[in-house]
Amino acid sequence: MLGRLKLGLAVLAMVATPALAQRADISVGLVLEPPNLDPTSGAAAAIREVTYSNIYEGLTRFGPDGSVNPGLAHDWDISEDGTVYTFHLREGVQFHDGTPLTADDVVFTLDRARDEDSTNAQKQLFAAIDTVTAVDPLTVEVTLTQPQGAFLFNMAWGDAVIMSPESVETNATNPVGTGAFRFVRWVQGDRVELERNPDYWGEAPALERATFRFISDPSAAFAAMMAGDIDAFPNFPAPETLAQFEADPRFSVIVGSTEGETILSMNHQNEALSDIRVRQAISHAINRQDIIDGAMFGYGTPIGTHFAPHNPDYLDLTDNSAHDPEAARALLAEAGHENLTLRLMLPPPTYARRGGEIVASQLRDVGIRTEITNLEWAQWLEQVFRGKDFDLTIISHTEPMDIEIYSRPDYYFQYDSAELQAIIAELDETTDPEARTELLHRAQRHISEDYVVGFLFQLAKTGVANADIEGLWENAPVPANDLTGVRWTQ
Amino acid sequence: MLRFALQRLVSLTISLIVASMVIFFVIEVIPGDPAAYMLGMNAQPETIAALRRDLGLDQALFTRYLGWIGGMLTGDFGTSYTYRVPVSELVLARMGVSLPLTVYALVLSTLIAFPVGLIAAARRGSGLDAGIMGATQLGIAVPNFWFAMLLVLFFSITLQWFSAGGFPGWDRGFWVNIKALTLPAVALALPQASILARVMRSAVIETLGQDYIRTARAKGLSARQTVVRHALRNALIPVLTIIGLQFSFLLAGGIIIENVFFLPGLGRLIFQAITQRDLIVVESVVMLLVFAVILVTFLVDLAYAAADPRLRRRA
Amino acid sequence: MKRLPMTLIAGAALTGVFALAALISMVWTPYSVEGMNIAARLQAPGAAHWFGTDHFGRDILSMIMVGARTSIAVAVIAVGMGMVLGVPLGLLAAANRGGLIDEVIMRGNDLVFAFPALVIAILITAVFGPSAVNAIIAIGIFNTPVFARVTRGGALSLWTLDYIRAAEVAGKGKVRISVEHILPNIANLLIVQGTIQFSLGILAEAALSYVGLGAQPPLPSWGRMLAEAQTMISFAPHMAIIPGFAIVLTVLGLNLMGDGLRDILDPKLRRAR
Repeated sequence: MLGRLKLGLAVLAMVATPALAQRADISVGLVLEPPNLDPTSGAAAAIREVTYSNIYEGLTRFGPDGSVNPGLAHDWDISEDGTVYTFHLREGVQFHDGTPLTADDVVFTLDRARDEDSTNAQKQLFAAIDTVTAVDPLTVEVTLTQPQGAFLFNMAWGDAVIMSPESVETNATNPVGTGAFRFVRWVQGDRVELERNPDYWGEAPALERATFRFISDPSAAFAAMMAGDIDAFPNFPAPETLAQFEADPRFSVIVGSTEGETILSMNHQNEALSDIRVRQAISHAINRQDIIDGAMFGYGTPIGTHFAPHNPDYLDLTDNSAHDPEAARALLAEAGHENLTLRLMLPPPTYARRGGEIVASQLRDVGIRTEITNLEWAQWLEQVFRGKDFDLTIISHTEPMDIEIYSRPDYYFQYDSAELQAIIAELDETTDPEARTELLHRAQRHISEDYVVGFLFQLAKTGVANADIEGLWENAPVPANDLTGVRWTQ
Repeated sequence: MLRFALQRLVSLTISLIVASMVIFFVIEVIPGDPAAYMLGMNAQPETIAALRRDLGLDQALFTRYLGWIGGMLTGDFGTSYTYRVPVSELVLARMGVSLPLTVYALVLSTLIAFPVGLIAAARRGSGLDAGIMGATQLGIAVPNFWFAMLLVLFFSITLQWFSAGGFPGWDRGFWVNIKALTLPAVALALPQASILARVMRSAVIETLGQDYIRTARAKGLSARQTVVRHALRNALIPVLTIIGLQFSFLLAGGIIIENVFFLPGLGRLIFQAITQRDLIVVESVVMLLVFAVILVTFLVDLAYAAADPRLRRRA
Repeated sequence: MKRLPMTLIAGAALTGVFALAALISMVWTPYSVEGMNIAARLQAPGAAHWFGTDHFGRDILSMIMVGARTSIAVAVIAVGMGMVLGVPLGLLAAANRGGLIDEVIMRGNDLVFAFPALVIAILITAVFGPSAVNAIIAIGIFNTPVFARVTRGGALSLWTLDYIRAAEVAGKGKVRISVEHILPNIANLLIVQGTIQFSLGILAEAALSYVGLGAQPPLPSWGRMLAEAQTMISFAPHMAIIPGFAIVLTVLGLNLMGDGLRDILDPKLRRAR
């Protein structure tokens, strides 16, 4: 009789617990669906937003602040001349299909990425590698052709995650990695489901199941959050609705930084735009705060050069291009371009489409007419980025530390300055931190004072989540949604 | 009859060949390289070239056309560039959403339109008729995406009765999915129901004017009995034709509604494939849709001709 | 002549309001539709801005007026294009009824109908880029077979009439008969169909610009206004409701007008009512 009572109590307890227990599943909203789930064969940020550090891991990995931490390599030695890296792999790491991780997998991954037939979208990350050899099953030696300060940083990218030759062919649709979550299924067009990897080498994540759902329409995203269909939307596509989420105690709004410098790019092959007075006039015509308020509803930090404001080496040069329509008109008159018409090509993101309309209106105030064309990404890449057939465009450059793009004369804005190229070349060879800071300052000042492009604002990462979730990344040093530290607080 | 059918079969074949060429060559000239799109801004030219080789995009245009047509004839619709799975698999999965949605919307629209159209016809000229006709005019004039926005605002955000969109998948049970498809189906059904009700009304009125109906009335059947027993049956032909047309229209025409409710249906597959330059998917899906409509038209023509020999002379 | 039907009066009045707004917008709008005032954005309808302001602080009444112009222009030109291409095709098919030309035209018609319209519109803009002109082309293409079919249907019944046969026997060419006798007699039919297509054209333009394929900014269009309003519907509902009503009322007006015109112009159909 007592036994039965105990059983009854136990059943009662079991029925009662779910109300008290913490939830262990999460539904994460993403704007774009990944085209496939293999980050080594496509550039789409969405692939990394699903797989990075969840399914796949690299030798090193990024922390939420952008720092480079040990990943599958728990330790490494660097030779004195900086050309030989010896990585020590963790013991007992298994891929999700049960095959153990060995040095051979690392050799395979790195050789595949730099192969002639490689379809790795960031092949330049591996350009410095000369040879990769397995010393023993848990030790890999990588020899570089020359010292590269950014090598460990490069190895943390989503494009450098370690794959097994057994599963590499099918990773696009059935990803097999070493991460804390393993792939369950992908309902194309709707969602990807992951579950906790019971054989994970590290600390087990708090979540048992994670679902990434793809909602490209901003209003649908808003409705899905409000209706509770989605628990977290790390890159929420409609900044105009954030105020409502902030006012609602059910949600928390997470505002962080990204590496995205949003600029009004100018084509230096355009006759008018090759004149610094015209570029300066455009820069003075722009009212950054109106763009940030009007397009991003206040989220974003004004920039006066191509550098992330949260970086310690950042210089605030916004005064060089302060809003001054009078000066802009005078400069245009001086340059003899009082009747200028420019084509403004806009890719799909909100910052570009809305920002573009505001920029067009501000340019009209100083007498520059614009013809706006809205382009899809594929068209933008072909016509603007590769074809260089544009006058103005708005785009956020989201790669970290990418000021060196201004030293490439064949880059799409075609800025060719021997002085800047010299600064960047010197920077590449400099390892002393103070000297590097000095060079970075010079580079920032140079492009700001030469009005290479219109510097608008640093893109903010604006996320929305259920108020009971903690551990989501606040900033976006790289595209990723690392769920290993995410948990429900009640 | 056989000659007529053969003639129609020949023109059907020619239509399909013309359609396939139009589809393939129009889609192939779309600016934007699928490989460049997939590899993004930092890709090196030789990487893009390698991916193009991988995808078979380096072959001559006409060779690829023949390969595509040959594959279609043997039931192989190619492999999606971006998803890397067979197109037929993608289409089948999306059909699992689009087909039920279309059927649901049609059922709703028929359930509304039939009684409404009948009542309007039976009470022709009354205030009720005028009210119904006015309401259907309004139903036709409302853009379905705007109606969908209002539905989401009211039923999902304010009342929270329905989720704002998404599709759980058939393995999660029947009713969950029916619930998920309800708002989209209502948004799609409203204009269709309005059109159908108007067709229904005028078809019934037309048959009511026919002699045999007058005879039936003269025999002493009540107005209600006449409408239900005789007029309805004869009015069904034009109504069914419209429903058939609406079916194919809704199957592909749900793109916007699928976007508003983020349903992974056929329309959204095409839309997404166009933006991602997954050309093979666009080509195959559009071809399938065109094929389906041409086939239905062909069968309808045959059925009409079988029923009414005079029509055969037309061809 | 009978008293004008109520539907025609109501429809013409509704359509007239928007046509008038479009005309006035060519010379005057309350505010500039290109001028932004971020500080004055998202204002609810009030004394200064009767319909409120949008997310850039633009006056919505002014945008509705200019948007009416965009909508009407796109729909009129597209329907005109469909008529100019479709009517001769229909006349030609009817003149050669049962012949090869008829067969080719009718199969071609079926083929165009078989294509999913919105998908083709998206493809056209993917090739040529989004613009009002390409929206017109896309809508025009799908209007062509409609007019071809209506024309052929109307013309076929005329060709069986005695006086047309007599003219044919008298040696008048098919083209002359089509132009002199057939066309004037189906003009009513075309006007009624034209009104219906016009209203469908307004809806199509709204749908295309809603998905971003119609007129490009800064030119206002009702569909794009709706698309932009969508994420703000819960705190600035006027931005979504006002353009929506503009579309509904214009289309409703045209449909009512079409019904009314049919009652006057098409005696056959009048009997059915």
